[in-house]
Amino acid sequence: MTTAETGVRRPTTAAAPTGRAPGTSSPGGAAGPRWRRRIVPYLFLLVPVALLVLLTYVPVVNMFWYSFTDWDGLDKTKNLVGFENYTEVFTDPENLHVFYVSLYYFVASFVQMVIALYFATILSFRIRFKNLWKGILFFPYLINGVAIGLIFLNFLRPEGGLDTVLMSLGLESLVQQWTGDPDIANATLASVSVWRYMGLNFVMFLGAIQSISSEIYEAAEIDGASRWHEFRYIILPSIRPIVGLSLILAISGSLSVFEIPKVMTDGGNGTETFVMRTVWMAFNRNMVGLASAMAVVLLVVVLIVTWVQRKVLPDDEVDLT
Amino acid sequence: MTRTLTAGLASTVKYVSLVVASLVMILPIVLIVMGSFKTNQEFLSTGPFTAPESWTNVSNYVTAFTRGGMARGFVNTVLIFTVAIAGTILIGAATAYALDRFRFVGRRGVLNLFLLATLVPGVTTQVATFQIINWLGLYDSQAALILLFMGTDIISIYIFLQFVRSIPRSLDEAATIDGAGHLRIFFRIILPNLKPAIATVVIIKGIGIYNEFFLPFLYITDPEKRPISTALFAFKGPFGSQWEVISAGVVITIVPILVLFLFLQRFIYNGFTSGATK
Repeated sequence: MTTAETGVRRPTTAAAPTGRAPGTSSPGGAAGPRWRRRIVPYLFLLVPVALLVLLTYVPVVNMFWYSFTDWDGLDKTKNLVGFENYTEVFTDPENLHVFYVSLYYFVASFVQMVIALYFATILSFRIRFKNLWKGILFFPYLINGVAIGLIFLNFLRPEGGLDTVLMSLGLESLVQQWTGDPDIANATLASVSVWRYMGLNFVMFLGAIQSISSEIYEAAEIDGASRWHEFRYIILPSIRPIVGLSLILAISGSLSVFEIPKVMTDGGNGTETFVMRTVWMAFNRNMVGLASAMAVVLLVVVLIVTWVQRKVLPDDEVDLT
Repeated sequence: MTRTLTAGLASTVKYVSLVVASLVMILPIVLIVMGSFKTNQEFLSTGPFTAPESWTNVSNYVTAFTRGGMARGFVNTVLIFTVAIAGTILIGAATAYALDRFRFVGRRGVLNLFLLATLVPGVTTQVATFQIINWLGLYDSQAALILLFMGTDIISIYIFLQFVRSIPRSLDEAATIDGAGHLRIFFRIILPNLKPAIATVVIIKGIGIYNEFFLPFLYITDPEKRPISTALFAFKGPFGSQWEVISAGVVITIVPILVLFLFLQRFIYNGFTSGATK
């Protein structure tokens, strides 16, 4: 599709070998330059917008529609059932439980942001081996989620790494069935999630802090500001937009947890998450209607939270024009 | 006097916290590396911190590579990556070019369409997207993954949009005077000038595709077509009790990303900060 030369200038030359190339679809020969100039942007946007609509908007609309039906994903007919699916989402305790599970990940993401902010702050000042620390803290984010799940299954198995460390520190009493005990399994998995994603928050915060002009610090130091004052009155206000963005990501992230619990417990011991349940419902039990209703609920929650966040922490980052 | 004392204390706290955090980050990985060199007997009988008897015992790696299908996983991942990334770049650049260089009816609408789509997390719509992929007859094919990677990547469109703005319009105009058409301007001026953006997108997207698990889990059932992450996931079946082979599989998955990271560190950091903030 790269026959750039012929495509646009002569509308009659359908010389481009593939059909997709913009310009080749011009109907009729006698188009003036102005007409052509007008059609050009649409031709460039044809494929991107088609994909966007096909893979984002059509599914969203369909999902709303399916959520009011009893469709099983295969049947030709879909019967309207009104709000029945929604009633089931909110009354079946097993369905509600997944929201409770996501609270663990939500709380964990705050812990994660605090840790990330701490390390981003100390590593933005002069310190030895800066790049080494940065690399170590960030690298886990780049590891495949399945690999992380398996790494921690190994680390947390009975008599595995963590237990051995605790025993050698004389803390036998802390040894647990880390993923096997329903009381702590979710906390364990959420901690693994902190291990995985802390680096991304850290690098985002670090980038934001480093974009603060050094003159501001110098001025503050002349005024006798302590490190804490610098953090409180310079760093924190200037990274507010990125903290706000991290909050949105934390909420939608904690509702869409999938890989780590899938690999580590497969949803056992009360660790089933929203996505796991929707997928299971749609593809194992063929209840596409009910699964869609759950997905709609998830989407609405994310939208509300995003809206609230924008109200509470307004920022001007979304500037596309 | 007390001032230097507190400063010293603060500095100690700083370094201690860094060392502790680093241990937490590294220890689980070190243990899996050690495990991957042990024999099955050894794995069961020795503690996790015991070094393997022989650091040259690569039999677990051989098993993982051949019987575990990791080799095929790599080939499949590279294939999916190459096509999807080429598509993403063309789509992102075309969108950015059209939106930045032309004023046309519906421009605002298209912009909003892309903006609004960022609010929809991919996982929520997957049940419905699945039906579309199915309807297109792409279930259990790598084309499904490629299409999804290309079609839902709003972030890279943003990155391209930022960069196209910084390419001077006078370049386009000069080319037009020389008789270049829009396609020629796109391929000869816009795309080459987008190199930094392309590098960013290749890095972020590359890591994303390499690590993607949900989509292949949902769409690919044929073991022959599996990319690396579902190939590794499949280890839980046949090698369920052979932790040393699983460990080798994990290490095989991590090594390429580690090498990439060590070589491209600076670009990777920059990619993530520019990808995340705007």
